[in-house]
Amino acid sequence: MDRAATADRIAALIAPFNKKGVAITDATTFAGDLEFDSLTVMDFVAAIEDEFDIIISMNQQAEIETYGQLVDAVVKLQG
Amino acid sequence: MTDLFSKFDALIAQREGLLATGVTDPFGLVMERVISPTVAVCNGRETILLGTYNYMGMTFDPDVIAAGKQALDDFGSGTTGSRVLNGTYAGHRAVEDALKEFYGMDHAMVFSTGYQANLGIISTIAGKGDYIVLDIDSHASIWDGCKMGDAEVVPFKHNDIVAMEKRLKRIPEGAGKLVILEGVYSMLGDIAPLKEMIAVARENGAMVLVDEAHSMGFIGPNGRGVAEEQGVLDQVDFVIGTFSKSVGTVGGFCVSNHPKFEIMRLVCRPYVFTASLPPSVVATAATSIRKLMHGADKRAHLWENSRTLHKGLKDLGFQLGTDEPQSAIISVIMPDLERGAGMWEALLHEGLYVNLARPPATPAGMTLLRCSLCAEHTAEQVQTIIGMFARAGKAAGIL
Repeated sequence: MDRAATADRIAALIAPFNKKGVAITDATTFAGDLEFDSLTVMDFVAAIEDEFDIIISMNQQAEIETYGQLVDAVVKLQG
Repeated sequence: MTDLFSKFDALIAQREGLLATGVTDPFGLVMERVISPTVAVCNGRETILLGTYNYMGMTFDPDVIAAGKQALDDFGSGTTGSRVLNGTYAGHRAVEDALKEFYGMDHAMVFSTGYQANLGIISTIAGKGDYIVLDIDSHASIWDGCKMGDAEVVPFKHNDIVAMEKRLKRIPEGAGKLVILEGVYSMLGDIAPLKEMIAVARENGAMVLVDEAHSMGFIGPNGRGVAEEQGVLDQVDFVIGTFSKSVGTVGGFCVSNHPKFEIMRLVCRPYVFTASLPPSVVATAATSIRKLMHGADKRAHLWENSRTLHKGLKDLGFQLGTDEPQSAIISVIMPDLERGAGMWEALLHEGLYVNLARPPATPAGMTLLRCSLCAEHTAEQVQTIIGMFARAGKAAGIL
């Protein structure tokens, strides 16, 4: 799957977690802009993992701060 | 110069705000005198203890105390050495023998605390390229063990068998897998469906570590924990436990049937690079563990206490962590930290000590009043406790 198609699917998944309706770009940060707490992160990561049938370990999550980094990581994890 | 403490400013402000309301500092309590496993003098007042992990009430057992005094006389106050150098005395071997007998397992390794047992075993056995799959509500010592090692860490939703299975199935072929579960989760006092979870873990080729810190001594026919209660102890590769709860002193351990287990003594850094437990501590632990093997009557009374308190608090209208009592921990859910602290203080004024638990220790950002029962609480004390909750609940505006 190419980056655009992956990004579209992630965009659909993030909507229910984007409570404030923040406009999302590749530079949007999860902790800062979207104000995700640790519980939201767990639920959101689980949704992404199930959608793409991948594992995003906590070690990998530590490297992902922005939406763009997440999309890149999911593209890479799908191989 | 950047003040390295500025990262704590938000917490400092929250704490100051709370204390400004005039509430007693819940984290500054001092027990001036301890009268028994269930009563102490706190702030000059005789107080019933309902917030210790002294589940089996062994701290004042005469045989336990005598063993400790004897060891002080015979072996001195401390070992001043690591277990692998000059820190293994006869008592350390004796307590490991007692553990092997208690659990019916081939190997036992004693650490200086339960925290270090998790830290050491987890960080040592799961290394680079291995995967740890663990419950999101795991104890801090488990998380810290994960952080100290180099394995990939994959959490799943609390007690969610399907979420765990999905993650196990996605792990690359050939990678080592360790599933970490707890028998009793200490914040809400709920137990894990170990039978189902361990079956799934094994089907997927994972080794299994179960922390039974809050179940040892009273859950299971022989007090070996939730895995024994559910008939799957033989499917567990590593049981982690502690001396600081039912055993009534301090220390931690791992028991295992793994044929190569003894190598841990040379490769596990939190075991090697720290001083061993004092002789008096291992002597009290060994005596206590052997007495716990014959604690069936006490176990029955503790369960009765747990059921009575759970029903009493539920009938009063408190929101509890579990629908049914599952352990010796009954957790009362508070609406927020401010009212939780108010209720905690109202209970202290009644002469009752419980634990105020708050994030990050608690799941889902909850504030909890955590009650843990002791086999030495009398039926009358439990009724007194329920009366205190009724009055404090009204005084604090919770009921």
